[in-house]
Amino acid sequence: MTAASLPLLRRTRVASSVIPGFGPTLGFTLLYLSLIVLLPLAALLIKAAGTTFAQWGAILTDPRVLSALSLSFGGAVVAALINAVFGLLVAWVLVRYSFPGRKLVDAFVDLPFALPTAVAGIALTALYSPRGWIGSLLEPLGIKVAFTPAGVVVAMVFIGLPFVVRTVEPVLHDVDLELEEAAASLGADRLQTFLRVILPAIGPSLLTGFSLALARAVGEYGSVIFIAGNLPGISEIAPLLIVTKLEQYDYVGATAIAAVMLAISFVLLLAVNLLQKWRRARMGG
Amino acid sequence: MIEVEDVSKHFGNFTALDRVSMRVSQGKLVALLGPSGSGKTTLLRILAGLEQPDEGRIRLGGVDATGLGTRDRRVGFVFQHYALFRHMSVAENIAFGLKVRKGSERPSKEVISERVHTLLELVQLEGLAGRFPSQLSGGQRQRVALARALAVEPRLLLLDEPFGALDAQVRKDLRRWLRHLHDEMGLTGVFVTHDQEEALEVADEVVVMNKGRIEQIGTPSEIYDSPATPFVYRFLGNVNALPCNVQGGQAQVNGLHIGEGRVDGGGTAFVRPHDVEILELSPDLPQAKIRQVIVLGPVVRAELELPGGLVVEAELSRDQKDKLNLRRGQEVSVFLRKAKVFVGEGA
Repeated sequence: MTAASLPLLRRTRVASSVIPGFGPTLGFTLLYLSLIVLLPLAALLIKAAGTTFAQWGAILTDPRVLSALSLSFGGAVVAALINAVFGLLVAWVLVRYSFPGRKLVDAFVDLPFALPTAVAGIALTALYSPRGWIGSLLEPLGIKVAFTPAGVVVAMVFIGLPFVVRTVEPVLHDVDLELEEAAASLGADRLQTFLRVILPAIGPSLLTGFSLALARAVGEYGSVIFIAGNLPGISEIAPLLIVTKLEQYDYVGATAIAAVMLAISFVLLLAVNLLQKWRRARMGG
Repeated sequence: MIEVEDVSKHFGNFTALDRVSMRVSQGKLVALLGPSGSGKTTLLRILAGLEQPDEGRIRLGGVDATGLGTRDRRVGFVFQHYALFRHMSVAENIAFGLKVRKGSERPSKEVISERVHTLLELVQLEGLAGRFPSQLSGGQRQRVALARALAVEPRLLLLDEPFGALDAQVRKDLRRWLRHLHDEMGLTGVFVTHDQEEALEVADEVVVMNKGRIEQIGTPSEIYDSPATPFVYRFLGNVNALPCNVQGGQAQVNGLHIGEGRVDGGGTAFVRPHDVEILELSPDLPQAKIRQVIVLGPVVRAELELPGGLVVEAELSRDQKDKLNLRRGQEVSVFLRKAKVFVGEGA
């Protein structure tokens, strides 16, 4: 923002708004976002811009890279979908019912936020490995979780759950009981009421929770690498591949993968935002 | 026909309804009138099946409906704050009750859209089918809620404070319109209100409730002209409540004969302001002094001080005021045309 445009901006805002402080707060917001978010990302892009066309081609057609990227994003989408369903269920139970120990359950939900991810990863690996408590039960059924893509999803589900629960909970709390009564008086059964009345009302928050869980799962590193086993081309996630390349002093390769991840993430989150905006516009605000 | 028999409802220690009985005949529009906490909304919700009574029975059309849930009662319920589905357009809101029907009971798409169209016409919102509730005014939302409730062809229409959240002018228009609509459709309806004017203007029959009990049931004129209890007197319209004493069947206020009482003892005499007549000073009638004269458009309100300091409010027309040339401090005679005396508790 240039110095010349600032006074102009302030003048127009003062005329149209009674809320003071637009200029300083916007200025601070932009500065803050630039320092914290945009600057590191810009550095990444500048680094990536130095990569030649041939290098890009080689990296983006490398089957190991492609498989890592598809596992990271595919696994994250699956995990976010699972979280959307079960996170909604947890939020429902916490909001709608009161039972002894509800506060305790409520506190459990936040644990994945607080736990160091490596601890979570090791604990999950211990549980799901073929000799672990759950793994040993699944092994006779021919189901392997640890050291497979399924293990990656399990870790991603674990760390993403609180995002859905915590975004849906307050909105679900505000859904008017009268809406359900109205639906019932019009002859709708419980399932119809849920699908046609409650779900659309909490839809935007569920979508937000989904995208937060998705973003978190895409970027997750610590908990996943323990349970994944990290077999190249099978259970290796993109963030790990970046670290691997860095350890081999392949800065160009690492930056290129990072840039691609950034681009995909940005497009995904933008798509979610546009979807929300379209929905709001359709309902007239 | 709706029959309510000895219905009681408690919420914890609070008694919302205490052995209430009433009946509503087919095609009538009935108002449940009372202050907040009188149990009127609870009674309405029990009629809708949104609450279950602790004791007593509800019969709809001669059939016991006590245990029946809301879904199976075929009643239309209009909520105080409309409870419209915000993510659905006006047309979708109205169609909801038909769309959720199952199997062969569900009308075809064409029938539903036809019915929505008819209802939109009925509630005078033809052009707004595609709008969302957030784009409507309060009065329009109210009418959408009504159309939605009517779409399922309920045998009983229940309205909770239907005009409560609207501003004065819209309120007046809407209640005339509702009365008109009711006459046209011949539906049986019950609505809850705390506004006596609303109840008297719109309803065929008024049920006055207080503290979980019914005080009186009657037509608006019965309720207004001959209230059965002191509560009804106080709740409906402006009234002068004068402490009196009954002896030998004669009620007296400060030595002034005012009417008859059935039992002897201390009580209250109720006189409506328009039953207080102001006359030119005459030796045969009690005297009073004008304390204040307020002109309210076509009517004039005067405050009179009776001997002994008792203050009575009188209402008269502009003409009468001019004829008597009323002004503050003037000595006049006063005649209480009609007084009702209640003796004992609650009076």
